Amino acid sequence: MRKYLLKRIFYLFLTLFIVATVTFFLMKLMPGTPLQNEAKLTASEKASILAQYGLDKPVWLQYFIYIGGIFKGSLGLSFQFSDQAVSYLIGSRMGPSMQLGGQALLVGVVLGIILGAIGAIRKDTWADRVATILSILGIAVPSFVLAILLQYYLGLKLGLFPVAGWSGFSYTILPTLALAASPLAETARFIRTDMVDVLSSDYIELAKAKGLSKFGIVYHHALRNSLIPMVTLIGPLAAALMTGSMVVENIFSVPGIGEQFVKSILVNDYPTIMGVTIFYSALLCLLLLLTDIIYGIIDPRIRLSGNGD
Amino acid sequence: MENPENVIEVRNLEIDFHTYAGEVKAIRDVSFDLRKGETLAIVGESGSGKSVTTRSLMGLLAPNAEIKKGSIMFHGEDIIKKSEKDMQHIRGKDIAMIFQDPMTSLDPTMRIGMQIAEPLMKHKGLKKKEAIAQALEMLKLVGITNPEGRINDYPYQFSGGMRQRIVIAIALVCYPEVLIADEPTTALDVTIQAQILDLMKDLQNRIDTSIIFITHDLGVVAGMADRVAVMYAGKIVEYGTVDEIFFNPQHPYTWGLLNSMPTLDTEGGSLSAIPGTPPDLLDPPVGDAFAARSDYAMKIDTEKQPPFFKVSDTHYAATWLLHPDAPKVTPPAEIIRRQKKFAEMQRPEPPIKTATKE
Amino acid sequence: MADNPENIEIKPGDFAPLDKQAGPDKEKIAAPSLTFGQDVWRRLKSNKTAFTSFIVLVLLFLMAFGGQALYHHDPNAQSPKYANLPPKIPGVNIHGLNGHINQSGKDVDAYAQAGASSKVHYVLGTDYLGRDLFARIMYGTRISLEIALIATLIDLTIGVGFGILSGWKGGRVDLFMQRIIEILSSVPSLVVMVLMATAFQKTGMASIIAALALINWTTMARLTRAQTLQLKNQDFILAARTLGESAPKIAWKHLLPNLSSVIIIQTMFTIPNAIFFEAFLSYIGIGISSPQASLGTLISDGQKNFQFLPYQMWYPAIVLIILMLAFNLLGDGMRDAFDPKSKR
Repeated sequence: MRKYLLKRIFYLFLTLFIVATVTFFLMKLMPGTPLQNEAKLTASEKASILAQYGLDKPVWLQYFIYIGGIFKGSLGLSFQFSDQAVSYLIGSRMGPSMQLGGQALLVGVVLGIILGAIGAIRKDTWADRVATILSILGIAVPSFVLAILLQYYLGLKLGLFPVAGWSGFSYTILPTLALAASPLAETARFIRTDMVDVLSSDYIELAKAKGLSKFGIVYHHALRNSLIPMVTLIGPLAAALMTGSMVVENIFSVPGIGEQFVKSILVNDYPTIMGVTIFYSALLCLLLLLTDIIYGIIDPRIRLSGNGD
Repeated sequence: MENPENVIEVRNLEIDFHTYAGEVKAIRDVSFDLRKGETLAIVGESGSGKSVTTRSLMGLLAPNAEIKKGSIMFHGEDIIKKSEKDMQHIRGKDIAMIFQDPMTSLDPTMRIGMQIAEPLMKHKGLKKKEAIAQALEMLKLVGITNPEGRINDYPYQFSGGMRQRIVIAIALVCYPEVLIADEPTTALDVTIQAQILDLMKDLQNRIDTSIIFITHDLGVVAGMADRVAVMYAGKIVEYGTVDEIFFNPQHPYTWGLLNSMPTLDTEGGSLSAIPGTPPDLLDPPVGDAFAARSDYAMKIDTEKQPPFFKVSDTHYAATWLLHPDAPKVTPPAEIIRRQKKFAEMQRPEPPIKTATKE
Repeated sequence: MADNPENIEIKPGDFAPLDKQAGPDKEKIAAPSLTFGQDVWRRLKSNKTAFTSFIVLVLLFLMAFGGQALYHHDPNAQSPKYANLPPKIPGVNIHGLNGHINQSGKDVDAYAQAGASSKVHYVLGTDYLGRDLFARIMYGTRISLEIALIATLIDLTIGVGFGILSGWKGGRVDLFMQRIIEILSSVPSLVVMVLMATAFQKTGMASIIAALALINWTTMARLTRAQTLQLKNQDFILAARTLGESAPKIAWKHLLPNLSSVIIIQTMFTIPNAIFFEAFLSYIGIGISSPQASLGTLISDGQKNFQFLPYQMWYPAIVLIILMLAFNLLGDGMRDAFDPKSKR
């Protein structure tokens, strides 16, 4: 187990290194400097700005400085806000994004499990059909469409919740709902498929033969066995939340990382794009590693067996 | 109940399965009794309907199955008419079941102690602590070494044979009146098979339960059963005591089964297989379903279904060969040898105790 | 318990031995035999949802690729005079489809207001530049589908090729190839796409296709590899190998047909995924740029006027949602149809 973990951590760093390298050179291919919007500057002023960003050095040196900086926790300076470090920018915007992501994950996963379980237990009945349609809608309706609809109908027309901004819990409700749709759908589909399998397994047959009630079978045997493989959903769900947060935060003006990312893309703020890219990748890599560790701990079938492969 | 000795009386049971191709007539007019304390073996090849029959006793038929006709009397009540809720009180308490594959029939995520304790908590209303304590006793009874140390283990930490012992412990923990064992040894190694069979016999004596033992392996039946019912194509074709079936079989299908079973005194070393395949139950054949594969088939076999002909008080067979007008046929050599042995056994001296219990 | 064998009528000759040749066939199989393809088709047809989705997709494809032959309106022709007109279908007098809108509580004929002659009508209205929305939706659907289909085709080629190679070669090659997949899949796909789309911004469709193709193939590769590993050791492949067939020939003749169900099912989920990401990129402004349009840009344009003219976003959004729904439902149906376990 230990050897396996070390190997995984090594690959985590290798992945991040490759991501940083590729990102760096991709960004170097692109036109645009921090000067693009300030045409009136004198030559010496331009030179000093370029020097501030280290852009006067040869590309290979910039690369080593950048990679070296990452180890010290520095991701360079933002083009858009010339006095802000990218790492500070990300750090200051992490709070809302994490809160939103966490809330959406909670809502999505809990409702998803309920919906998926109903679908599996009442397989091929109208309840299953309704649950399936709801979960497929969660996949078919893109988060940005859902966000706009929620904002307009629940926020503006009915005035139930604040339309945009970030100053209190009530402001988080609409973006949470918009963001939760995708994890809800993924979870529901996963649980339904898995539980249908579990419910047709021999140990469920034995549980029936014990005389357990339907509820007892689902609660004590089926649910537990279906929830364990759900750990593998952590990665995909996190990725879906990152995707969703970009548009949802934008639509609801939430001062989060996703909103910043889109802004940076639109104004060609390369250092920030690179920084957020590396941040997102690191987050996902960590979660995937965590998935493996948790899986090893909670699944008695693979516990003690030494390799999580 | 027709007979106070009977625990279960199955009468004229007919079960259909709805499939895309049509109605599969899986069980066609099956009747049998299970007596107190006996072991009844139901023998047949896969698809003969033996598992379906026993699942109907548990009320655990697949959703696309339909009981067309018949009754299953247990304690004077018809199980078929009972609601799912009522069945839950019978399952695991009065009628318990052991499944074929011990590797998959235990919940992989639950400690075995809890899995054994579950029926106690459900049926006897025991608190978790008491139930676990009784589960521990049960573990000892089924021969798990160091039960105290292992009660909190998960199934994957046990071998196949050990797991089947645990499954048996689960089935017997409420001291059921009837135990249904659906091929309990098929998935096990031969040496382990014998241990499990011994264990079952031993436990049967201790807790006084009746066993329905389903198998396709006649070799297992010989040492285990008191009575045997042979099933073919959704019907019982012959039933009798274990000696009657083994040494004085009457139905050509039973002949075929015994003929294809190796014994220590098989001469010449050649075993004969039964030719052909079982009939398709979507469209069951008229008459004797075995006729198509039988070397002894007669014209009437394809026209009329044979009734049960009485061989002895305990032995009946559904074959036209037993009709008084039917020509005498010569069974396969192996059967003749067995019938000779049976004749010897019938002589008063020396008295051989048959397995039939009174 | 036993029948009474006494009163049976026996006709002479009943006990005559049966002529085996004339008798019932020992090996008769009564269930109708179906080939794998027939079986899949039968089950797909019996799945009403999947079959409806299939029909809906056919209709949408016809509309996207053939619609312009029937509906001669240039999706890019601007007529500022007729900007933001609501839908008007001649002869239909339902609010929302008759060219009227609510303006500060009053019902107003928007077409009359814009000074349009009575002959002018836009089935789904116009956008802020006076472009025919129906024509634009047909056009946008086509672009969205083209991008998704080309990207999926590339995915398929790379993914299946990679998967078969990795699974077939095994050993070190496999290990190395698996590492590549592992690294690629631990980067959020969205981020890769954003990077690609930003890096090659001005190239339009090509950059999006490249971005989509780069990311989605890993799932396909993983599935094909797993399946290849299983198939590799099966007897029919071993037989082909012992007979000296070349590896590419085995891959083509024996592996691909057996992989087809996995590939087809996965494709049914790759396409909507590609449609979604294309719309997403276009929506945030780094995808298709005007005058080209895709469902994503149409939604993004429509959003600007959503408060007053909700139809401008609703219609493209509905088309997008129906596309996604139909592909996903069909994919589900196919998965059930191909899976013999779910046979009933």
